[in-house]
Amino acid sequence: MSRAMLAVQIRKKFRASGAAPFVLDVAASFEPGFTVLFGPSGAGKSTLLDCIAGLQQPDSGKISLGEEVLFDAADGISLPPQRRDLAYVFQSLALFPHLSVEQNIRYGLAKLPAAEQQKRITRIAAAFRIENLLARRPAELSGGEKQRVALARALVTRPRVLLLDEPLTGLDASLRRAILDDLCAWDDANRIPILYVTHNREEVDAIGESVVTIVNGRVQETGAPREVLDAPRSVELAQAAGFENVLRAKVMEHRPADGVMRVGLEDAACEIEIPFGDAAPGSEVRVAIRAGDILLSTEAPHFLSARNILPGVIESLETRGTLVALRVKAGATFQVHVTPSAVRSLGLAPGQVVWLIVKTHSCHLVR
Amino acid sequence: MNLEALFLSLRLSATVSVLLLVLALPLAYGLAFSSWRGKFLVESVVALPLVLPPTVIGFYALVAMGPRGPLGKIWQSLFGHPLAFTFAGLVVASLFYSFPFAVQPLVASFEALDRRILDASAILGAGRARTFFRVILPLAWPGVLTALVLSFAHTLGEFGVVLMVGGNLPGITRTVSIDIYDRVQALDYAAAHQTALLLLLISFVVLSIVYGVNRRVWSLWLTK
Repeated sequence: MSRAMLAVQIRKKFRASGAAPFVLDVAASFEPGFTVLFGPSGAGKSTLLDCIAGLQQPDSGKISLGEEVLFDAADGISLPPQRRDLAYVFQSLALFPHLSVEQNIRYGLAKLPAAEQQKRITRIAAAFRIENLLARRPAELSGGEKQRVALARALVTRPRVLLLDEPLTGLDASLRRAILDDLCAWDDANRIPILYVTHNREEVDAIGESVVTIVNGRVQETGAPREVLDAPRSVELAQAAGFENVLRAKVMEHRPADGVMRVGLEDAACEIEIPFGDAAPGSEVRVAIRAGDILLSTEAPHFLSARNILPGVIESLETRGTLVALRVKAGATFQVHVTPSAVRSLGLAPGQVVWLIVKTHSCHLVR
Repeated sequence: MNLEALFLSLRLSATVSVLLLVLALPLAYGLAFSSWRGKFLVESVVALPLVLPPTVIGFYALVAMGPRGPLGKIWQSLFGHPLAFTFAGLVVASLFYSFPFAVQPLVASFEALDRRILDASAILGAGRARTFFRVILPLAWPGVLTALVLSFAHTLGEFGVVLMVGGNLPGITRTVSIDIYDRVQALDYAAAHQTALLLLLISFVVLSIVYGVNRRVWSLWLTK
């Protein structure tokens, strides 16, 4: 099994009617193992995968896999998708509706002898737990089963690169977890570059060995999920990464000795302490805080290590499944997530006076 | 009822619809999948028979097939007899006349295919031919059936073109619609009615098949 690295350096311009043209301009290399492509929708993630797969042509640049050149605009090289030996699972999965599960999986093995085809189908069906589905048509499968079949159909060809475009959207968390486990097990055995597009934070944490964030057609940051997504560098990314609170802030005071700085939120409506960052006093920045990282108290708290304690009033409560989203006016307006049982035991209601408690390191500087 | 004319019409329609399918498949593929900018010109030419009076098509077909026309000359040198006023001449003229009825259902059904399914086929290593026969044709078969049936029915009912290039030779070019016209001219309304009613029934059955099949198939695959 090859362990080649995928190197991509491409540029493609899209004419848009009216608005400024969208430009995809990406330079990145992908080692064997998972790389999550993360970013807001419309950032160019799927287009990037299409270019790598050969379904779209970049205007310029180069794509290579180890020593082999898949695309080189300068030399006029562009291998057709059939000869790139990649696998690609689309968001829509694109199973062949008129073929059985087994025929779907066999489709990519046409050049192999029948015995080898059978061996591979048996093995991949076991790895993705779809042995009992082989005779069915895609229309007779559940959402999770379709996703398993699509992965099996892609991986049975022993690709050199695996491209996954939100392959697990629309599944519930436990099903997603189970499929991801099987995919990770396959990855452990095969080690090829896997590019995984998602904007689901949970999937990033479950699989991400590294994350590449893409915003407006460009790579914004590369690194470990915790570094990149817990301290987002742009507002678009903060929102995509699940920060419910992205607040305007002005740097008031640096305290380098403590490793912190004080900022005023939303036109100095209130003041909080955040980790020291690269922003001069007086400059306008944004601060991102997860709604789930804010604690709530119905009495003024004492003897706490948290530096930010803001008195406020509950404006509204909204139950969303297993959490309750509160809007709290505490100078600025904050989104706070608590559990339904917390609402019951504290007797939370609109108009009630509460205190918000935010640790310094739950506040993230966004530029 | 003139069975000779009826069988001639059925033979003509069957020949034309099969030949048209063979000609229309590659053209429809090109129209549906190419991004060539000038393809609207081809689309206009294909659609011309929809708006032209059949006598105009028939007139040009006659000129082309005549002993001095390009088609007529080629035919004469290949087979040693003229093309006009023969069954083969009728077939050739009818190909033009019914062309849009074969091409347009095919283009529509090709364009309705999920492009990602075709992409998936390419990624899995299938070349154009394999993708066409294993994926496009099986998924677009309602369009193929529609093309066959519509060109069959449309050819069955043609009148003006046949009159221009075929004339009225019993057993050779006298089709069922010409026969009806002759009966009416001869004031034999009963015979004309018999044949006309049969033609009406055939058309209705044929269209029911098309609409029935399309509904069943689309509901089966598009709402997955």
